[in-house]
Amino acid sequence: MPHGTYHALNPTTKLVIAFAEALVAFGVRGWTGPLAVLVVLALTALAAGVARRMVPFALATIPLVISILLVNTLLYPGAHDVIVRLGPLAPTWSGLTAALQATLRVIAFALSAAILGLTTPTDDLLSDLERRGLGRRGTFVIGSAIRMVPRMGERAGEITDSQRARGMDTQGSVIRRVRGVIPLAGPMIFGALTEVEEQTMALEARAFSAPARRTVLRVLPDSGAQRLVRWVLFLGAIAAVAAEIAGLLHLP
Amino acid sequence: MSLTLAGARYRYAGTARDVLDGIDLEVAPGRVVGLAGANESGKSTVCLVASGLAPASIGGRLDGSVSIDGIETKGMAPHEAAQRCGVLFQNPTTQLSGTTVTVFEEIAFGPRNLGLEIGEIVGRVEWVLDTLGIAALAPKDPARLSGGQAQLVALASVLALRPAYLVLDEPTSQLDPQGTRLVGEALAGLAAETGTGILIVEHKTELLAAMAHDVAVLETGRIALAGPAPEVLADPRLAELGVEPPASARLRLALGAAGLGSDRDVFDAIDGAAAGGPRVGGRPAGEAPAVGPPVNA
Repeated sequence: MPHGTYHALNPTTKLVIAFAEALVAFGVRGWTGPLAVLVVLALTALAAGVARRMVPFALATIPLVISILLVNTLLYPGAHDVIVRLGPLAPTWSGLTAALQATLRVIAFALSAAILGLTTPTDDLLSDLERRGLGRRGTFVIGSAIRMVPRMGERAGEITDSQRARGMDTQGSVIRRVRGVIPLAGPMIFGALTEVEEQTMALEARAFSAPARRTVLRVLPDSGAQRLVRWVLFLGAIAAVAAEIAGLLHLP
Repeated sequence: MSLTLAGARYRYAGTARDVLDGIDLEVAPGRVVGLAGANESGKSTVCLVASGLAPASIGGRLDGSVSIDGIETKGMAPHEAAQRCGVLFQNPTTQLSGTTVTVFEEIAFGPRNLGLEIGEIVGRVEWVLDTLGIAALAPKDPARLSGGQAQLVALASVLALRPAYLVLDEPTSQLDPQGTRLVGEALAGLAAETGTGILIVEHKTELLAAMAHDVAVLETGRIALAGPAPEVLADPRLAELGVEPPASARLRLALGAAGLGSDRDVFDAIDGAAAGGPRVGGRPAGEAPAVGPPVNA
């Protein structure tokens, strides 16, 4: 499959794929759910040509993975199959198994979101969701939150520079850096609140509260086959989780 | 037909004091009215009241009359007022929606909110891009524009709603001389070519001298001076009201103090330099613009 094929899928199709993957990874117990999803994700990443760019997303889960491993392995409730005693610590096989399964689920979730993000421009996704009925407020909140991240980064840089210009030491040891964050918080929060007030008025001045249904400028390609795939995946994922809950699935 | 404030008094929600204390102001189609005054004199509040955002959007209490072409703003929803009177604030970054990837889409944001047909939206966007001379910006990312460009895009976004009047709250305060010139030229051209009535709050009296027909000066919520721009901007009380007179007026005062005040040739030279100096909208300063049909009257 050429790399562009997956990218060219309708954004909502890719969103449903990511949703189904996350649902199966978390909803189907044992190894099968998360492992199956990870296999699908690996194949999709290769097909879409984004495998290498997914590495940072996997690495970003490390802090969470470490905490999952420590908590479950050491403190798994009701587990007595101790691996080895290390003073007061008693890691268990049951805990380790549960931790590894939870780790796979977290990684599967992160990578399903990563593939969606790497293959789908946010504006395309919002535009398509808006066409399907997502309200202007929902679209605005999601869109502005995403676009706000780099703006907040720039603002933090400006405030840090101005604090440094007045003698604040924000470099060096961890303690110094943490100390430097405190004077950053006030201007960041108050500045953002002031901007929100002005932006709200600017939005009103651009008829944001008009009652008419908002016009969609871009209609992204879709097809009957993709509609079918979306429904099959959506219903299939829900059916799998329902079967798991009902005890009908006996997977490892 | 005008944007009219008659005896307008306004107090913000939760406060006990009137910030505006009986303002009378009229902006006719095709006219540019400048508003100056010291800090805290009520200039920004006049903008909010004149555009209908106060009290409809931000609350507070408005007494007196504020009307756009004879229709009181008190009963107007913000989106209705927006189609009659556009408002532009001083910070270009907060004017933009922050949700679009191209300037074209940013300008289309307002018309889309009105639910207009795509053809109509495209037509409006192309018209406003041409009118402001910023067609080259259409494919650019709004987040990557210079201050002057961003303010022009914000102005374009408001104009795409086709308001008959514009209220501008220090639109050049964050701009360098080049950005100020860009915005000033665009505004003067707009008033001249489309008959849009403009109320502009501005500290830069040079800009007011170059583009405004009339100027009013506020002092603690009241109009202290008002009249034709050349007269008001040459008034010796201007500095006492916290407004720096334009260079030509300061030069007149200096010459007067040096005993050259009666030299008519010197005054003629100053006036000639002012008329031939800052040109805005393709016309010499002080010359009235040609008035075309209102945009959305």
